[in-house]
Amino acid sequence: MIEVKDLSKRFDSLVVLDRVTFQISDASLVVVLGPSGTGKSVLLKAMLGLMPVDGGEVLFDEKSIQTASELEIYNIRKKVGFVFQGTALFDSMNVCDNIALPLIEHTRLSSKEVKDRVCHLLDVVGMAGKAHLYPQSLSGGMKRLVAVARALALKPKYLFYDEPTTGLDPIMTDRVVALIKNLKQSHTNSGIVVTHDLDTARAVGDEIYMLKKGRMNKLTKIEKELYD
Amino acid sequence: MNLFNAIGDYSSFFFRSIFIPWQLKQTGYRILRQVYEVGINSLPIILLIAAFVGLVSVVQTSYQIAGTMPRYILGATVGRMVMIELGPILTALMVSGRCASSMAAEIGTMRVTEQIDALEIMAIDPYRFLNLPRIVGTFIALPLLTVIAEFDALIVSSTYAHYFLDVPFDVFNYGLTHYFYTREFFGGLVKAFFFSGVIATSGCYFGFKVRGGAREVGRAATHAVVTASILVLVLDFLVALVIFG
Repeated sequence: MIEVKDLSKRFDSLVVLDRVTFQISDASLVVVLGPSGTGKSVLLKAMLGLMPVDGGEVLFDEKSIQTASELEIYNIRKKVGFVFQGTALFDSMNVCDNIALPLIEHTRLSSKEVKDRVCHLLDVVGMAGKAHLYPQSLSGGMKRLVAVARALALKPKYLFYDEPTTGLDPIMTDRVVALIKNLKQSHTNSGIVVTHDLDTARAVGDEIYMLKKGRMNKLTKIEKELYD
Repeated sequence: MNLFNAIGDYSSFFFRSIFIPWQLKQTGYRILRQVYEVGINSLPIILLIAAFVGLVSVVQTSYQIAGTMPRYILGATVGRMVMIELGPILTALMVSGRCASSMAAEIGTMRVTEQIDALEIMAIDPYRFLNLPRIVGTFIALPLLTVIAEFDALIVSSTYAHYFLDVPFDVFNYGLTHYFYTREFFGGLVKAFFFSGVIATSGCYFGFKVRGGAREVGRAATHAVVTASILVLVLDFLVALVIFG
């Protein structure tokens, strides 16, 4: 379980996160909705200790990332798969090497086992046969799918999605949404999706929060129906 | 940031990049790739530059000693000039122009496209993954390039002297070998070793510090080359002072 307690972050006078509190239970997918520029990506990065926070803490299985040592932070991060909004694929590596990197760095798998795992992951995200391609030759949607495959490489306990459907055409959006739902059931326990897309939020979220002016508010069933 | 803070930040960046578990199983291949990138890929331009360094040295020296000194002095003077000063410094300046900028641009682009964040989230230390191979690779490649450049310059200069200045190979080589001091040759290599550190560290440091977009990446590349070149000249003086002073 992930617990976010009173998390605060400001950039000069701009309050981005104001004592944000919520939790992600096991086997649930939390969606954080909000217009662009409200600090949704900041929330994800702050949760993973990628940027310092001004207050509060984030507990991964009761271990605070804010007070953890560098080694402990790395151990926590190994439990997390992260899909970046811009995919953040390594453009000097092909698809296969991108997905294989965490396996080579953190496991003792043989080359053949790594290759098999990469093929399996590409199969899971519907990108079989694209292992040799470089990110530059992929469309935005395909990159997103490869990024999901890379996030799954270490069989993470948690999956973080940063705007997973932004900028995709409707067909690819449906494909990514279906993949997120499928992964929730078959591969990972819990996760968080930040998005400004209501349809995506409705489709994948067990719980939906609204982030506005730094505050997080959980949407009630009635509010969700009103959005519907 | 004042000068002392900048020096402290730069030095701690270097030590943070080097004094970490190397994990050679994962890093070894990337080090070799950097040796190839800095060494082999720089070789054509280094050979070209070194050839002209040899030519200029032999022409200038010949002009200065003409009629006043024996002809074998040509080999002695050109050899010592190339080994002590011109070989190490010009190789370092060429490599800093070619490699420090590309390192800064590559790492800077990785920074602005969140690839470095991706490494951190995958629990991969970006200092080990990005900086260590570049710094160690340059430590290996630059001294080797310097030796090659010195040989190249000496071969070209002795050939020119033989065919155009009426100084036969054996006379040139007599001066070269008679006034060859191991201390001077290795002194030049010590310089190259120090230069390697500042060239790779500048490239990685300015790439890592990029915040923003394409304009900042361009600035980082420029800062990396300028800083590396200045530090090469400063270190050239300091090492010369210690070894030859």
